[in-house]
Amino acid sequence: MIPAPFEYYSPSSLEEAIELLERFGEDAKLLAGGQSLIPMMKLRIIEPKVIIDLNRVPGLSYIREEGGFLRIGALTRYYMVEESDLVRRRYPLLYEAVSQIADPVVRNMGTVGGNVCHSDPANDLPAVMLAYGAEMVAVGPSGERVIGASEFFRGPYQTDLRPGEILKEIRIPQAKPRSGGAYLKLERRAGDFAIAASAVQVVLDSSDRFEYVGIALTSLGPTAIKVDAAEKVLLGRSSSNLSSINEAAELAYKAAEPVSDLRGPEWYKREMAKVLTKRALLKAVERARSFTG
Amino acid sequence: MGEGRKPLRRVSITINGKRYEAEVEPRMLLVHFIREVAGLTGTHVGCDTTNCGACTVLMNGRAVKSCTVFAVMADGAEIVTVEGLESDGKLHPVQEGFVEEHGLQCGFCTPGMLMTSVWLLSRNPDPSEEEIRRYISGNLCRCTGYLNIVKAIRYAARKIREEGVSPIPRFTPEKQGRG
Repeated sequence: MIPAPFEYYSPSSLEEAIELLERFGEDAKLLAGGQSLIPMMKLRIIEPKVIIDLNRVPGLSYIREEGGFLRIGALTRYYMVEESDLVRRRYPLLYEAVSQIADPVVRNMGTVGGNVCHSDPANDLPAVMLAYGAEMVAVGPSGERVIGASEFFRGPYQTDLRPGEILKEIRIPQAKPRSGGAYLKLERRAGDFAIAASAVQVVLDSSDRFEYVGIALTSLGPTAIKVDAAEKVLLGRSSSNLSSINEAAELAYKAAEPVSDLRGPEWYKREMAKVLTKRALLKAVERARSFTG
Repeated sequence: MGEGRKPLRRVSITINGKRYEAEVEPRMLLVHFIREVAGLTGTHVGCDTTNCGACTVLMNGRAVKSCTVFAVMADGAEIVTVEGLESDGKLHPVQEGFVEEHGLQCGFCTPGMLMTSVWLLSRNPDPSEEEIRRYISGNLCRCTGYLNIVKAIRYAARKIREEGVSPIPRFTPEKQGRG
């Protein structure tokens, strides 16, 4: 299968990329790892007239803790996250999600920024970013803009990015002592998109009460769903209280808006939202209790 | 510019130590560059949708699905394909492993499976069965049931450790080719 013809640009700076994006507007698509874009182009689901390849823009690939955040350059490939000691030790939610995206060979190419900007409701990272309360840093013709994850994911394949804007960095709040997370994903088989998945991040106070809770769902609606109601229920409550955790899981069940498709019927996915959220919460709490920072 | 005609791009891609330069359409996929420009047909096109991994090659030392990379993205890159594994008539330990342990039946997935195995062994010289299964999860085999593939990779791992060689082939003085 061969994509429709396109004009190709490979800018060597973000400024140049933004200029091209402004010049070509809706006709252009940005190319990062290409692991979703290229298949869609080959299937002719999309036929962009212009491709702006970001792979030769320097300085967009890094993972570091700085200024209270884990900062990830938009062009950082999945394998870099997966192989990062820093991420594995301190950001279990991110580590667990990234190491379950597609398969290892795809993870050698695909990028964190691409995953987030593609905003496929079945992509794993939107829910992760919602659970962390992450921020997206975009640059455009009028400068830099910081967008909270809750505002960033607008709908299926839709983000808050404006014409001419490019995602530059993702900022996850720096891991505190007694923080922990988990990503539980149910797949039909290795490498498939999730039937359903739940992302949970928590911070516990010195008496084991929930100080921060982030819960979000993958593949369970038109976009990743943040389960605000479940977060509220848990805040300030004891993390040993199983009935609160069950209540939060029940609220995930209610927040899910799955549709029946080849990955399973609606009722089943909704049940899985509950089960996975409960298990992810228990795991996140267990990790937070033993994480000293 | 009319539909269908877009400017060509000049790319230079080194495959198995030999440099290939050609003017290509930006939409040309790396797998087509390898098969049609370089004439190396050992790399297979399987599912063409990033699932099966038959088209797996090494790009700058990492396994990638060459049906999901544009040739222009590989401009300047070092590619290794299945043809680059054998040296001086001697099979690569991974190839030997697949022969000795019967790691293939129809053989269609084998070139990609071999390249992922080489990449795995460059990362981890002594992988457990679970690690092997995880690494090859993006390479589908519909014949073997994977059992012998796992054995073949363990065979190769042993052999590479014993011989102390680099799993990723190294190529000496660059030859130049033309597309």
